[in-house]
Order: sequence, then structure tokens, then C-alpha cells
Amino acid sequence: MADLDPEVILSHEYVPKHEILKDKDVEKLLEQYKIESKMQLPKILSSDPVVKAIKAKKGDVLKITRKSMTAGEAVYYRVVI
Amino acid sequence: MAGVEKKIGGIEFGLMSPEMIRKLSQVRVVTPDTYDEDGYPIEGGLMDLHMGVIDPGLRCKTCGGNIATCPGHFGHIELVRPVIHVAYVKMIYMLLKVTCSKCGRLLIPPEELEEYKKIITGEKELDEDTALEIIERAKKVHTCPHCNAKQEEITLVKPTTFYEGGKRLFPTEIRRRLERIPDEDLRLLGINPEKARPEWAILTVLPVPPVQTRPSITLETGERSEDDLTHKLVDILRINQRLRDNIAAGAPQLIIEDLWDLLQYHVTTYFNNEVSGIPPARHRSGRPLKTLAQRLKGKEGRFRYNLSGKRVNFSARTVISPDPYLDINEVGVPQDVAKILTVPEKVTEWNIDKMKEFITNKEYPRAVYVIRPDGRRKMVTENNREAILEELAPGYTVERQLMDGDIVMFNRQPSLHRISMIGHIAKVLPGKTFRLHPNVCKPYNADFDGDEMNLHVPQTEESQAEVLHLMLVQKQIISPRYGGPIIYQDQDYITGAYLMTHKDTAFPKYITTKILAKAGIYKLPKPDKKVNGKPMWSGKLIFSQALPKKLNLEYPSRICVGKDNCEYFKKNGTCRGCPLDAWVRIENGELKEGVIDKISLQGILLDTIFREYGSEGAADFLNKTGKMFLEALMHKGFTASLDDTDIPEEAKKKVKEVLDKATEEVNKLIEKYRAGELERMPGKTVEDTLEDMIMAILGKARDDAGKIAAQYVNPDNQYLVMTRAGSRGNMLNFTQMSATVGQQAVRGKRILRGYKSKTLPHFKEGDIGVQARGFVYSSFRDGMSPIEYFFHAMGGREGLVDKGIRTAKSGYMQRRLINALQDFVVQPDLSVRDATGTIVQFKYGEDGADPMKCHGDDAVALRRMLLIEQKEYEELPEDESEEEGVLEEGSEGGDYE
Repeated sequence: MADLDPEVILSHEYVPKHEILKDKDVEKLLEQYKIESKMQLPKILSSDPVVKAIKAKKGDVLKITRKSMTAGEAVYYRVVI
Repeated sequence: MAGVEKKIGGIEFGLMSPEMIRKLSQVRVVTPDTYDEDGYPIEGGLMDLHMGVIDPGLRCKTCGGNIATCPGHFGHIELVRPVIHVAYVKMIYMLLKVTCSKCGRLLIPPEELEEYKKIITGEKELDEDTALEIIERAKKVHTCPHCNAKQEEITLVKPTTFYEGGKRLFPTEIRRRLERIPDEDLRLLGINPEKARPEWAILTVLPVPPVQTRPSITLETGERSEDDLTHKLVDILRINQRLRDNIAAGAPQLIIEDLWDLLQYHVTTYFNNEVSGIPPARHRSGRPLKTLAQRLKGKEGRFRYNLSGKRVNFSARTVISPDPYLDINEVGVPQDVAKILTVPEKVTEWNIDKMKEFITNKEYPRAVYVIRPDGRRKMVTENNREAILEELAPGYTVERQLMDGDIVMFNRQPSLHRISMIGHIAKVLPGKTFRLHPNVCKPYNADFDGDEMNLHVPQTEESQAEVLHLMLVQKQIISPRYGGPIIYQDQDYITGAYLMTHKDTAFPKYITTKILAKAGIYKLPKPDKKVNGKPMWSGKLIFSQALPKKLNLEYPSRICVGKDNCEYFKKNGTCRGCPLDAWVRIENGELKEGVIDKISLQGILLDTIFREYGSEGAADFLNKTGKMFLEALMHKGFTASLDDTDIPEEAKKKVKEVLDKATEEVNKLIEKYRAGELERMPGKTVEDTLEDMIMAILGKARDDAGKIAAQYVNPDNQYLVMTRAGSRGNMLNFTQMSATVGQQAVRGKRILRGYKSKTLPHFKEGDIGVQARGFVYSSFRDGMSPIEYFFHAMGGREGLVDKGIRTAKSGYMQRRLINALQDFVVQPDLSVRDATGTIVQFKYGEDGADPMKCHGDDAVALRRMLLIEQKEYEELPEDESEEEGVLEEGSEGGDYE
């Protein structure tokens, strides 16, 4: 199946905001959570439609801002594998 | 987390080569016997001393150790003819199919083979999919592309017999073929030839496990009974010997083949006695033998029985029974149990006298063992008592019998959540059962119809401290699941509270003092009522004695009709002074108005006390009020009898009218439906519409009947009191007892099963009327007609079946969840991580709130905090700030930046 238009994917209501984190911010994140390697972060497949839509590469860390029932808005990080 | 220090990179499984088996072996077993007449292990037999010792007094001929020190050593049996290992039949079958019968090469044309080899020699690893692809490809080839030999079809007759084009393939030939397969071809099939040459799956030599693996048992009669594995090995050795003799004697081929098959059978069942296609090997008694696979497999196998679950010491199990006079934190322990369980206590210079007393005591509570500082354990006996007393000094440990006040853990299976195991304080009592406070039944889901529970005694100071401070009953009053009380007063306690705190309940002095004394309160308050010139104490005043001194709280009780329906509120604009006594007002620890019912005791009141006065305050409240309520209830007296379900003739008539009217209505509706005039509801068929309307009419009729019944009975009717207070039962229960049982249903529909187009032979075909579809006009009190009874039984059966299925299903679902989530931990930074330190959630629950410390749906009870703040400020004397620690519990949890 051909990939969907990135516009279509990213504008969908159920797709939360995905951003590629800058290297500097990745370092900060690892420091904040006292993590040694990026592989200790939750993962996301490089074949994920959103990953392709925002053109993230393997090893990139995505910042995902979701709606949350408990906290209103929740931030989540995933590393592309 | 600093990361894991050691990680398992992988586990490698392989086959053992015959050379390896011989190398590991300490002795070649040849004799199918175990012991000689003197009971000494036979040399070259199955109990050969080279394979280890299980008899006291003997020494191992391999390592020189005795029973305690010899770890056991393998032996081996040289098989006269090779046999197939059952566990690898599948692999052998596959290999025979995909390789040439002549040259042993993979049945794939050289060009394609080169293609596949590239994948492997490159950096890419061979994955399962490619291996399967290669296998499928090779199976399609019928002429060897390497030597042009024609390939016959190989068939497998389970479990271990192979044929090639109708001719039997013997293990010897199979082994020869497997030997011919080149290493590089094996690699393409996902087999590592260094660790597992396929011909090793055809056994020429069989390892014999150490005797420790298959110990023989000596019966009381002196007879020896061998282990199942030994029996099996005896069989193998016997047939092996017979086969050898027959071959040597030049017996006909047919006989040799039969014996060969028999050897194959014995070796197969030695590995696994539940192989399909062959009868399991049996013991003389007819019991199937428990061989290697059976030792490991299933619920009673090594993994689930011995490795995932272990038995423990310092534990006890017996039937439980209730004791409302216990403190909620306590558990009653029978004397017999207390005499056996022990608690280690370190001797110090401060408790040495006490410890000496335990050693001196000949009866309970006495010391059972004394442990010296060097770790030597000595039992205290009549003979050495004096010597031990003399010797005892700080640094020793005394193991004394369980006593009042010891910290224990109490548990009831199934342990579905963490509060299935709670810490208790032991109280040694006469009798043979564990005694449990009825209020603590809820978290265990226990009752007293024969339930048994387990008791564990923590053996170190650390574990005792953990149990005391984390697991104790009072710490578990609030459920960690939803943040509301899970240990609370119910049933009789609520009835008692309701009757005691009722508006016009007052007690004379002699009863008041009794109630207060039961609660452990020995200060009599000033009487607040006077009846016939005599001083009287209201129930509210007595109840107030158990409330925390500074508590302030206002809320509607269960009987409150709600502001929108309340005449009093509409007129006065306030709930205070409610004529129904439905407004609970507590000021400075005094119950000013309102009746105490389920809402108070299982909700807001208990909850607030726990949060503002801590677990100790809540436990104190439960203990004191519980004893009061029961005492008050006993003085008031409370019986719900058959008479209470009675309603007057007039009411019965009215109920009948209501039901008749409903029946009439339904009949009219059916007529309308038959005439085709019934209008369809959106999304439903006409039939469904009719059913829905009938159900609605009959449901309403039942409710109306119930209301009539309730109107006509005394407002002090015991069932209604229980319903109102919330102690047990609801309006529906009352309706069914005194007015009408109502519609019976199976699968949410009126009953429509049984015969063709009718439910019972008594009805006409196609009758969809009220009676024919399971409406029960009668009440439980009057009794049902046979037809009604039958329908009621149908409905009741569904409930039972559902319950069974639900518990089985949810149990398995929970097991899977627990297995998946078991090592996730909330870290100090509120992130959730697994055992390797990988983050699962960046903030627990996304808001980092602990549900146990949340206030209902709010993470922080702001309103309540402000109220308390204000009250304290008002009460504050000038220039004297007083820090109260009461806010701690309620204010933690939420972490908002």
C-alpha cells in the first residue's frame, strides 16, 4: 500500500503531535532521567506512518504531546528504531 | 538506575554427541540389576557407586564423597542398535525430506544455493522465515540437482517409524544419511552443526542420570522400591541385552527387528511417557510411569511446582472464625499454633532477664532454641536448661514461642491483590481457629463458612518493621485502587449506628456506661436529655465520644432526598436543622445533627478521619464505634422476621390491581402487534419493539407494586430500616418478598425457550403473553405456582452459570496482566521502568498521582484544606502558631509545576 499523504496523517484527530528532538534536548532528556543509552527510551518503528510523515531517521528521539485523561496533556518520548 | 550489572546475552541449546556422552560418563552400565542380596550396589548396575551414593555409610567411587557431599555423576549405556530420540523426530523427518538420499546434499539447484549462501556469508543472519523458505523450496524437488538421483517419498508413521516409498527405513540407515549432510547445507536450515550434528539425534549411546536423580525408597518392611526412571532404564538394559544375544546367535532378521522396535519403544517412553500413538509404559499396579518429560511438565512439574512456587517455614493454616471483640489490627491465634511458631529475639543487656525467663519456663511461653553468636543452634531441653542459662549473654539469639503483640502476616487465597496479605498483631487465644475481625473480611473476600487462611511469622527485625509500617491492617483502610475505604463497618454495624444515632434514641445511665465501656471510654459525658425527670444520654452524644476532638464536617446522609426535591431546603435555603435528620453536622468532634448511616461509615466520615487523623485515628474510630454500634444494637434488639414481609389485605388488593392492569396493557399491545398496527422503533424490528415495550410495562408494574407494599408497612419495618441505613438489601428485595417477584429473564430477555413456539406444555403455541413468558405474579412470601417456580429456576440458573464463567475468564486475564506487568516499578522520579531500566511511562499515570492518596477524583483536596486552614486560623491564640500535621496525608500525591 502506498503511504498516505503526510498532511492527512498529521492532521488526523487521533494522531498526537510528534516532533523530532534536537541533539541538545536529547542530551538534556537523558540527563534528566539518568539514562545511559537512548535504547532505554520507549521505541517506535521507523516504519511507523507518523515517523515517515515527519521524515524522522533511525536514532532520532521524538517528543510526543498527547491529550491525557489524568493530566490534561502528557509528554512522551520515543526513539526511532 | 545505573544499569544492570550482568545480562544474559543468550541461551544455547544443542545436542550431545556420543563422544561427549561417553566422556561425561563415569561408568558403563551393563547389568539391568540394582542391588545384590546384601543390599550393596552391583558393579556395572544401575545403582553403581560410580554414579553417586544415596545410602548412608557408603562412599562414591568417583569423588569419594558421601550422601551429603557427592553431587552425583552420569553413567552411560551402549545401545546395540541405534534408536531415534522422540523429541527430534520432526527435525529428522524434515532433514530426510530436504536432502538427497544418495549424496546428502540439500535438494536445491546449485545456482539457487549460491544465492542463499550469500545471505548467510554476508553480514545478515539467517532468520526463521528464510530457513522455512529454503525448506519449502527443497521439498518440491524430486530429483537431486547434484547427483541426479531420484528421490523417493519419505513418510513418517508416528511416533518413530520412517518409510521410503513403502520400504522401512531403519535408524542405522537414517543415521548414515544424516551423517552425509554437509555442514554448510545444515547452516542454511538453521542448524548449527558444531552444536548439533543431526546424526546425534539418533542415539547410539544413552546417558544414565546420577542415582541422586532417581533415588530408591526403602519401605518400612525393608523392601526397596525403585524410582520410575530406574525401572525404565532396567527395561532398556534388558532389551538391549536380549538384542545383543539374538544378534550374536544369528537369529532371524524378523526377530531382531521386533526387539529393535521394543528397544525403541522403551527409549521413547523413557524420555516421554505421553507420546501419542503408543501406549504409555505402566507400573505393575497399572499406574503410568513418570518419566523425564513428566517430571518437568505442567502444574505439578518441576517448573511450576518447585521453581515458581516454594513451601515455607514459620507458617500456619487453619479455619477462620469471627471475633468482633478483637482490635481490627489483631488476629486471634490458637494456643496450639502459638506453641509451634517461633520468633527469634536477640539478647541484649536490657532484655536478658526476660530472655532468661523464657528459657526457665517449662510451659508456654518458653524458648525453643538458643542460637550462639557463632551460629550454632541449640534446642532447650530439660538437661541443658541450666547450662544455657549460665551461658546466655548479649549477642545470643533466643527463639521463643509466638506471643501477644508479635507481628504476623495473614493471607487468604486467591491472592488477587496486595491486600490479600495484610499485617496483623497476634493475639493468642484458646480454641482451634484463627480469629478475624469481621470488618477486615472485605479485602480478603473472606467469610466464615469454612474458609481457611494462612499465617506467616516474619523472622527478622527488618521484615517485622516492614510489615508493621507498610502492611498493618490500619494502613490498608484506604484502597490503593480508588482511594476510598476498603476496610469499613457494614451490615449489623450500620444498623446499629443508624438505630443508635437516630433522632430520638436516648439511653439511661446504666446502658450508656455499658456502651461507652465496651468502646474503652471511661469518662461519662454530661447527659443531654431528660425523660420523666431522669437524665438520659442521646445516641449522638455517645457516638461523639469516639470522634476525633477537632473534627469538623458537614454532608448529606443516605436518606437525604437531594436539594432539588427538598421542601425544607427550598423554604429555608439551608440544610441545617433538617426535619428528616438527613443532614450530618459534626462540629469540634460532636455530632450535632444527622443520622449516621452507610454514607458516613463507608465513605466521607471514615475517609476524612483517615486523611486528617491518620491510620491510627481511623483504626481508633473503627474500634471504638464498632463496639458501640454492636452494643447499642443488642440493647435495641433487631430481628427481621417473616411477619415483616407481611402486607395488609388492602395492599395486596392494590398490588393485584397494578399487576392486572399491566397484564391488560400488555395484552392490548400484543393485539395491536398481531393486527400489524404496532409502530417500529428506530433501529429495531417490530418484534423487538414489542418485547421492549412489554419489558418496560412489566418492570414498571413491579416497581409500582413495591412502592405500594412499602407504603402499607410500618415505617419501622426491619427490612426497610436495613434498606434505609444501607446495611443490607434494597427495595427490589423487599418488593420480591412481599409484593411480586416480577419478570424472569434469561440472557436479558423474557423466557422464550423450551418447546416449539412455547415455553411449557401448558401454553398454546405462539402464546407470547405475560404468564407464558415467565412473569411471576406471586411474592416469595406467598410462594410461587409450579410454572412460576420453573421460570424462576431458569433465571436463577443463568446467574450461577454466568458467575462460574466470569471468574474463570477474569482469573486468566488477570494472570496474564500480572505476568506482563510484574516488574514495572514507579521510581523516585515518578517514572515507571522495567527491570532493565527501560522507561515505560515518563510519569506514572501521566500525572504522577497516587490513587491511594488522591481525594476521590481530585489529586488534592483543596477545598477541604482551605476550610481547615481557616478554622485553625480562627482558633489560633495570638502569637502562638501551632503546626498541626494533619494535612500531610491529604495533600501529598499531586505534583503540579
